[in-house]
Amino acid sequence: MKKNIQELTDIASQVRRDIVRMVTAAKSGHPGGSLSSTDILTALYFNEMEQDAATWTRDAKGQDAFILSAGHLAPVYYSVLARAGYFDPAKMGTLRKFGSDLQGHPSVGHIKGIFQPSGSLGQGLSAAAGIALGKKLSGDGHRAFVLCGDGESEEGQIWEAAMFALHHKLDNLVAMTDWNGMQIDGPIETVSGIEELNEKWLAFGWDVIVADGHDFESILNAFQLARKANGKPKMILFKTEMGHGVDFMAGSHKWHGKAPSEEQCAQAMTQLKETLGDY
Amino acid sequence: MKKYIDSGKKDTRSGFGAGLVLAGRENPDVVALAADLKGSLKMDAFAEEFPERFIECGIAEANMVGVAAGLALTGKVPFCGSFAEFVTGRVYDQVRQEVSYGGTNVKLASSHAGITLGEDGATHQTMEDLALMRALPGMTVLVPCDYNQTVQATLAAARMVGPVYLRFGRPSVPNFTDPDEPFVIGKVYNLNPGTDVTLVATGHLVWEALQAAEALEAEGISAEVLNVATVKPLDAAAILESVGKTGAVVVAEEHNAFGGLSEAIASVVAGGKPAPIEFINGGDKFGQSGTPAELMAAYGLDAAHIAAAAKKAISRK
Repeated sequence: MKKNIQELTDIASQVRRDIVRMVTAAKSGHPGGSLSSTDILTALYFNEMEQDAATWTRDAKGQDAFILSAGHLAPVYYSVLARAGYFDPAKMGTLRKFGSDLQGHPSVGHIKGIFQPSGSLGQGLSAAAGIALGKKLSGDGHRAFVLCGDGESEEGQIWEAAMFALHHKLDNLVAMTDWNGMQIDGPIETVSGIEELNEKWLAFGWDVIVADGHDFESILNAFQLARKANGKPKMILFKTEMGHGVDFMAGSHKWHGKAPSEEQCAQAMTQLKETLGDY
Repeated sequence: MKKYIDSGKKDTRSGFGAGLVLAGRENPDVVALAADLKGSLKMDAFAEEFPERFIECGIAEANMVGVAAGLALTGKVPFCGSFAEFVTGRVYDQVRQEVSYGGTNVKLASSHAGITLGEDGATHQTMEDLALMRALPGMTVLVPCDYNQTVQATLAAARMVGPVYLRFGRPSVPNFTDPDEPFVIGKVYNLNPGTDVTLVATGHLVWEALQAAEALEAEGISAEVLNVATVKPLDAAAILESVGKTGAVVVAEEHNAFGGLSEAIASVVAGGKPAPIEFINGGDKFGQSGTPAELMAAYGLDAAHIAAAAKKAISRK
């Protein structure tokens, strides 16, 4: 059932609570990019993607597939999967613990919903291109989605995949970039400039859509535009803010891979409405 | 000893090309990926017969491995082909995450392995690939010994579910195994029962080991010859059974000294039936330009060196 914008807003608020609580309890993890990509993944799983937790299989037959290329965004991924019914939300309390199904970075064979492991950057776009090509070869009209970080586009393999997807006319491939402008060592332009990112993707021949990654209307509109069957792969560049939704994290690269203290977590909880019930 | 006849030298990469066509006919989900080395990998016949199932990736091996993993997820059986160095060392992290850790049904087709690639020299001559691939959990590592066995190994790789590293080479080497004998993954092939020393070999060095066994027989030494065509998972019981009988071992491989068959067999022997063991391998060196025959002699990988090593192992009993 597709959720409307009010429902998506409520889910995203709960997902942000989950992220901060999970990472606080784990005492490590990556809250910044998880919070910047929360609205994108919420819209993807609760509105756009044809994928169903009850009938999910790893071969994605008759369904859309999603790969989280930026594997360190595991907290948002796990929360969205749990809230979409792929596994018991109570598991979220075990993130990064020994024996947990929720490994520090996404793994396969532990919980439903994950197609490929990720964590080593730059690889998910290729795997998603493979799924998109496999679906075309099999006559399955569904699509492959993939979320990359913006810093991740410093990896050369991203551009190998970009050329491959265009050459093979994979218009059933929808890539998304969480364009928050930050990477672990600082603002991207101070570490290893990637701009103009939109022009780079245009130059590689893709359909490029720029959207506000914190505005559901803009996100859903971008998804709508990405449905064109015109022989071109799609890249949606979502302008976002690292740490979005928690004032002391917002806009700072320092929260890329750092856990909040218990006090900071409590403070964050006052800023994020509990809508679906904490795990 | 049993006489093995070379029915005419052939390159094992052509065995892969022939096996790939057979696998493609047998299973419509078999697809092949190349990184601008379709011709070198002998994939032309497959590409001609199944054009829609041949996927050219260009000179971009990292992407090719990831695409193969994605194709495998959708039920395809992708054979990902390039030179041995470029489907292992160049893309190790991609193979590790997307194929091994992901457990995807990808077959890495690895041609031009070892120094007998020849004139191209050390940049292209990997002597480290078996170590890299053996180290990956869940990776099956196959090294067939001649053209006929490479055809069969390709079919076996296509039929099994799970990641496979299939290693073959560029030079023409003797073709002596039964073309109709199916390849059994995990089997150690005992080609010549013997009592004084066990010659354990893989790839085209199996032929060299057989020649060494003939030479040793002429000197009254009985050598058992084991073809370890599956380097991983290794049939340790078969190795120990032989060593228990002979009490001396030679391991021969076209690989350097680290992490390949040499250390795999040493580990089995040390843990099960400690015995004198000698190694025929590329040591701690890179390759260099030359003809395959020149390089085989210079690196001490030929039958003469194996026979000498056998006598040394026996003398240490």
